[in-house]
Amino acid sequence: MAKDNFEAALGKLEELVRRMETGDLTLEESLKAFEEGTRLARICARKLDEAERRVEILLKQGEDLVVKPIPGEDRDDG
Amino acid sequence: MTGWAAAAASQFILVIPYFFWYCHVGATDMIKEVLTVSALNSRIKDLLEVSFELLWVEGEVSNLRRPASGHFYFTLRDDRSQIRSVIFRSPFASRMPFPDRRPVFDLEEGMHVICRARVSVYSPRGEYQLIVESMEPKGTGALQLAFEQMKNRLEQEGLFDAVHKKRIPFLPERIGVITSPTGAVIQDILTVTGRRFPSVDILVAAVRVQGSEAPAEIIQAIGRMNAVGDVDVLILARGGGSPEDLAPFNDEGVARAIFRSRVPVISAVGHETDFTIADFVADLRAPTPSAAAELAVPLRQELIANLEDLHHRMFHLYQRMTRRFRERLTLVSERLKDPKRRLADLRLLTDDRLERTHRTLRRLIAERKQNLVRLENRLGRVFPALRIGEQRAALDRTRKEMVVRIGKARERGSDRLHFLTAMLDSLSPLAVLNRGYSIARRLSDGKIVREAGNVSAGSDVHVRVSSGSFDTRVTRVYEE
Repeated sequence: MAKDNFEAALGKLEELVRRMETGDLTLEESLKAFEEGTRLARICARKLDEAERRVEILLKQGEDLVVKPIPGEDRDDG
Repeated sequence: MTGWAAAAASQFILVIPYFFWYCHVGATDMIKEVLTVSALNSRIKDLLEVSFELLWVEGEVSNLRRPASGHFYFTLRDDRSQIRSVIFRSPFASRMPFPDRRPVFDLEEGMHVICRARVSVYSPRGEYQLIVESMEPKGTGALQLAFEQMKNRLEQEGLFDAVHKKRIPFLPERIGVITSPTGAVIQDILTVTGRRFPSVDILVAAVRVQGSEAPAEIIQAIGRMNAVGDVDVLILARGGGSPEDLAPFNDEGVARAIFRSRVPVISAVGHETDFTIADFVADLRAPTPSAAAELAVPLRQELIANLEDLHHRMFHLYQRMTRRFRERLTLVSERLKDPKRRLADLRLLTDDRLERTHRTLRRLIAERKQNLVRLENRLGRVFPALRIGEQRAALDRTRKEMVVRIGKARERGSDRLHFLTAMLDSLSPLAVLNRGYSIARRLSDGKIVREAGNVSAGSDVHVRVSSGSFDTRVTRVYEE
């Protein structure tokens, strides 16, 4: 799930930077860390750049749960 | 003691004049029975204790004492009257099965309370008083008591335990909000979440948040939010209100529904100072609905800043690292020597070592040899067999030498013999005679005729030749 990915990715990125900061990585390891870190940063950034939210209401129709948008409810007000 | 002054008010006082009046108006005949004091008190006791078996009394606490016995003594009063009261510590003092007879709060002087009590008469003194079974502060009352009791029970069951608290996701994709569809609460939540992280979806379950229908609706909404499947966190919210308004959030069913919810629940009920059961069971308690929205959603700007910071740090670290490795490489390259030079060094080293090794070896061998000789000498001294062997060998050598020398001497002798024989042969007159010479001797005296003058004509001469001899006569002499 993307939300887990975000936190996990951010956590991994922090861990990578921390390890790089301790400075006992080999050149290969630090290259790998850098590549991996770049990938993670991209994942996180994509999540942060995502589009507008949906605001919906949960209703029960008959036996089924339905999710309907709340009309005109929310505009992104930054 | 003021306590006794108060006690006096609760004593029975026989109103004598009235009694006289009664006796006077009625006839002596009308006196059917004369009671003893104890019989009277006994009757009063029966009467009062049956009539006022259990009742609620409201009043203010005064003259509060708690002697060593642990019982509470006080006077319950209002602006016009008072009654002595006691709370017994021992549970056996109560005839009623109260689960929690002791006040759940601390009893204080001047406190306005409602007591559940019965009237008791203490015959020996002719006094009556209230035996208080339980007590609540006025205002909060039974609701409060029920709240405390349920709270204790749920706590015992472990519904509030930290081990059951689910972690609130760091960045939810979809937040479920269970609250009233109208009013400020939902608006606050939408505003705050929208400001903090505009892309987080909100799913609202509209419920009544007060009144008798509310608990069932809330329970149902929690169930549905779980059923939807992709709700990451729930906010159960209600604005401020009276304790009665907040009652649905103290509902045991609601508490259990929150506890059951797989989706983590943030409670935000009433104002900051209101604590409901829902708050205790929830995985996280927010002081207000807006605060709940803040707790549920991170600040996007902060995340972006954090991410950028991490990215920058990583980039610089990587640069620094490659630079460091490059510097190391340069350093190492400089230290890298020409192998030929190294080889020459090694050669010299080897030679040196070899030389030293030989020297050492020689020295060692010499030392050993010396040692050996010394040891042999010592051994010879201490071991005659060795000397015998040596002597025998010397003897053998001598003998052999002797044999050799004898042989040689013999050889030399025979050589000389040959030489001498040859010599003899050459010197022998016979040898000369063989070569044709002859020896002439004067027959008269046998002297060898060496010169012609040794004879004269007519002299007889014996001539010896190689084989035999003959006699002859000189006829003429020729001297030279």
